[in-house]
Amino acid sequence: MAETLLDVAGLTITPADSGAPVVDGVSLTMAPGERVGLIGESGSGKSLTALSIMGLLPEELSAAGSVTLAGFDGNVLEASERRLARMRSDLVSMVFQEPMSALNPLMRVGDQIAEVLRLHGGVPRAEIPARVRDLLVSVHMPDPDGARFAYPHQLSGGQRQRVMLAIALANSPRLLICDEPTTALDVTVQKHMLDLISERVDAVGAGLLFITHDLAVVAGLCDRVIVMHGGRIVETGSVAEVFTDPQHAYTRGLLASSDLEATDENGRLFTLRTAGEYAGPGGTERSDPLSRFAPPPPGGATDRPVTASARAVVRRAQSAPEGGDPDPLSDPDPLIEVAGVSKLYRSGGLLFRRRRPVQALESIDLSVARGQRLGIVGESGSGKSTLLSILAGLDTPTTGHVRVGDITVESASAADLKTLREHLQIVFQDPFASLDPRMRIADIVAEPLIAKGIGREEREARVEEMLRAVDLEPATMRRYPHQFSGGQRQRISIARALVSRPQILVADEPVSALDVSVRAQVLNLLSDLVDDYALTLVFVSHDLGVVRHLCSDVVVMKDGRIVEAGTTEGVYAHPREEYTRSLIAATPNLAEALAGAR
Amino acid sequence: MLAYILGRFVQFLLSLFVASVIVFALMSVLPGNAAQVALGTNATPEAVAALEARYGLDEPPIVRYLDWVGGMVQGDFGTSYVTGTQITPVIVDSVQVTAIIVVTAIVLAVAIAVPLGTFAALEQRNWVGATISALSQIGIAIPNFLAAILLVMVFSLTLGWFPSQGWTAPIEGFGDFLAGLVLPVVALALVQAAILTRYVRSAVLDVMREDFIRTARAKGLTRTRALFAHGLRNAAIPVITVAGVQLATLLVGAVVIEQIFVLPGIGSELVRAVANRDLLTVQGIVMVLIVLVLIINFIVDLLYPVVDPRLRNAA
Amino acid sequence: MSEPNPRDTVATDPAAAAPAVPERRRRRLGAPLLIGGVLVALIVVLALVSFVWTPYDPGAVDPAARLESASPAHPFGTDRFGRDTLTWIMDGARITLLVGVVAVGIALLIGTPIGILAAVFAQYPWGGWIGAAIMRANDILLAFPALLLAIIFAAVYQPGTGPAMAAVGIASIPGFARVARSGTLQVLGSDYVRAARAANRSPGAIAVVHVLPNIAGMVIVQASVTFAIAVLAEAGLSFLGLGTQAPVPSWGRMLQESQQFLTTHPELALWPGLFIALAVLGFNLLGDGLRDRFDPKMEVR
Repeated sequence: MAETLLDVAGLTITPADSGAPVVDGVSLTMAPGERVGLIGESGSGKSLTALSIMGLLPEELSAAGSVTLAGFDGNVLEASERRLARMRSDLVSMVFQEPMSALNPLMRVGDQIAEVLRLHGGVPRAEIPARVRDLLVSVHMPDPDGARFAYPHQLSGGQRQRVMLAIALANSPRLLICDEPTTALDVTVQKHMLDLISERVDAVGAGLLFITHDLAVVAGLCDRVIVMHGGRIVETGSVAEVFTDPQHAYTRGLLASSDLEATDENGRLFTLRTAGEYAGPGGTERSDPLSRFAPPPPGGATDRPVTASARAVVRRAQSAPEGGDPDPLSDPDPLIEVAGVSKLYRSGGLLFRRRRPVQALESIDLSVARGQRLGIVGESGSGKSTLLSILAGLDTPTTGHVRVGDITVESASAADLKTLREHLQIVFQDPFASLDPRMRIADIVAEPLIAKGIGREEREARVEEMLRAVDLEPATMRRYPHQFSGGQRQRISIARALVSRPQILVADEPVSALDVSVRAQVLNLLSDLVDDYALTLVFVSHDLGVVRHLCSDVVVMKDGRIVEAGTTEGVYAHPREEYTRSLIAATPNLAEALAGAR
Repeated sequence: MLAYILGRFVQFLLSLFVASVIVFALMSVLPGNAAQVALGTNATPEAVAALEARYGLDEPPIVRYLDWVGGMVQGDFGTSYVTGTQITPVIVDSVQVTAIIVVTAIVLAVAIAVPLGTFAALEQRNWVGATISALSQIGIAIPNFLAAILLVMVFSLTLGWFPSQGWTAPIEGFGDFLAGLVLPVVALALVQAAILTRYVRSAVLDVMREDFIRTARAKGLTRTRALFAHGLRNAAIPVITVAGVQLATLLVGAVVIEQIFVLPGIGSELVRAVANRDLLTVQGIVMVLIVLVLIINFIVDLLYPVVDPRLRNAA
Repeated sequence: MSEPNPRDTVATDPAAAAPAVPERRRRRLGAPLLIGGVLVALIVVLALVSFVWTPYDPGAVDPAARLESASPAHPFGTDRFGRDTLTWIMDGARITLLVGVVAVGIALLIGTPIGILAAVFAQYPWGGWIGAAIMRANDILLAFPALLLAIIFAAVYQPGTGPAMAAVGIASIPGFARVARSGTLQVLGSDYVRAARAANRSPGAIAVVHVLPNIAGMVIVQASVTFAIAVLAEAGLSFLGLGTQAPVPSWGRMLQESQQFLTTHPELALWPGLFIALAVLGFNLLGDGLRDRFDPKMEVR
């Protein structure tokens, strides 16, 4: 390497008041124009590393080591704020993750772009308005003349990220750092944004340091990857090397667990632990997804490990209808039927406020058979979560009918709703918001049983049994939610949902807030439990890959309507609708990205 | 935007109406016989009846309420049962004195608190910030009348720089007017500045944690310049809210200061009326104060969308 | 967090393995909490001790010892009737605390349920206007500052401790209602309450199990801050002669009576002034400290 753009040596970041470093001895270099992907899960230190390069580390953290940039004299970590300010945007720029809060809400977008031009004085004052317009055009902003005068809240998330990119590249820096710039965006928007970043970085001739947890995104965008874990770099190499022949166990695990198309011999996703058997993206061992939904062959080598199947037998015995208890959801078929459901939201107000009704759902029809696994796929604003709330009786449709078993949900009496909720349970998206922070785990999981009027002793026994079923040690039941990690919390949510032995499980994006390696664990657990408890599953997700792995059938939603429905493989292999096609095409795929890169 | 202003205005009128009913009910209906209250418990029934007849107190409450409100709308607060004089001139004269003191005090408080609070937030991590925080915390704990007494002790009784009491109208001598104003205004302003400093500091600290400040720094602004270019306006909304509440509280809170410095403000008139058992005057003054408070709230409501574009189309 | 996990290795659970963003002083007793607690305790002890012992009888007049400066016999000096200032400070602490407790009690017991109800009504399509109406009424009450309400009460009834406490209490209702409403709205909108509803918990059970524990912190903070405001208001009213009446000792009235001796005996003003300030400082710091403790932002990791 003749010339170095960026040289980070021995970077160690320590919180001011405690000893344990959060970034530990990180060293990396970049050549001019090079594109490097920095991969890691939450807490790996990847964002802090990026912030130190910008000299933007929060004050409560102190950094040691050295960061040098071509064109900047001295160590970034030791430079004064005044010198750093001059360097930022001139030499190195950054696009942040959260498009909603990264722009000043009180300032017009055009002024925010103009500011960065004015600051560095490269553009004569008179030319600034024209240059602002050019920049908006360069990031393919729709209506660039109007957008200049818009406030950030008038733009969509994707448009705001475009503005951020325009600001970041306005002064043609030598290095662009992107910190998860598309994580908060819908997949179809993400695809456009990634293409745009690639195009603009080329046009400006900048190097790119792209931070993400998503391996497929990196594979399509970067030349080289660096993998971080627990504050250290565990592996580095070219995209092809690292993704096809990972050396470090963690990289292999990450790669394996992020591949939702590869499963082990039991049809389960690979996890960090089982990653040894993983053959690589697009590897030979492609499982036939449909075979997972066939009844398991009796005995033989393809059966589950002994412990798992033993547990399953116990569970099946337990989940059999309790003796003499009439099952109100027994007779009709299909189990769930939704007919012509629409939902209008009115924006409320007391005086003189215009009421603009929002059409959240429009004439939805669908049915779910007993034991079926239905996935509902859609991007933000598609109405998928509203539909779930209506199914669970937590919200009522404006028009239309919902039937679960023999209960008519939209006109259900209090007693009917009670019955419905005993048989239909929900797992929510955010593992940090769905558990009451002031309750012990045991009390959280026991809630559905208390409402059912089950005695204390039986309650405790069932909570303990359920915690075991989700692989949590019952000894932890006296703890509070904040003492658990995201994946563990989601298991607690699942335990709470299943403790009352419902027949239907409704899951609202249960893995989208989780890290990739944890996601695989939770999906496997969910899949096992659905089998063991003979559940009917309704699974909402924005992620086609997750739905494809878990569900037999799928419904695709957009703007409150169902655009396409069918078996998962059928829809995936032969999408009829343009929207479904674009959704599939936009979903990052590691194997395809690797093939394209080579 | 127009709908928002109109909505707020209707709310303002509605509040005004409800408040007037409450004040009337509290002052004219609850105590029972206003004439008896005015004359004291020793008055003969004949004297009470005569006073009632003279001021129409024997009319039903609704008629009296409408009379009272109708009069106020025309700027007539009625005639005191106790002194027999018109109430309106008393209110008009005294409210000017209070307004001068209170508005000057709040302007001074803002002028002190905004730079001090901002500075305290920027220097959060060293002794300068800590000292400002501690001082403002102590300032909040000092009641304004204690501050007034301390100021009088030092600057009037010991140093003799300013008069310890009294009011000179501006036309009688502008220098004396200003000199008399200094201690009461400073006493009010210091305590309010202490409170406001804390709010400014925490608002600025909150803003400094926002992502867009980090964006501004990534654009090439230093921390301090990012705060001035992007932060302060964003911090303004909570500060405007608090300053509005403070102005409203000061209108009434100035009463103690007016007593100490023997200023002919509306608070002094209020206390005098209470001591004289002059309920109609109390009622009129209370209503004026509440109208002023509601007007301040209304103006603050109108300021929000001016500062924040997100609130402009929200309504 | 080291429970055995048969399916996967726990060490790879990132939140468990790597320290997240550094938490700032989470469980340490902060300086504001400590100082505030000590000051409040001091006032409470003064008041309690005054019930069983004071240096002198508060009513005892000693013409021979008028306007004395500090001495071993009278550590804080005496007033114009020769009454012991320390005794009066101790006795005055009682009124200060009484006013605070009663005023906060009124505001908390009325304001908190109002706020919770307003939030609960807002959840139902038919109840939105009730919730809005409650909060409008609240806003109107906000236009009556504590001092003004107290003056009205003093005018209508006889001036005294009772009307003063009631007025300060009523004027503080909106503060509690607002805090309770916003807290309740936040809790009711959370996923864990949706989960509880999905688990068939009744609205009453949700209120007791989820809402109350989660808003308790905010309400306690509000109580502490309101206490400080009540102490200030009582002192101000007594200073005006509209609060606690003679012969009951009150810091505000002591301060008022000291005014005529400012040139000759400034310490008569300093002692009650100092204690008013210490009490207010104590409750404010306590509120600050508790806020840091209960701040929901600190809860999230």
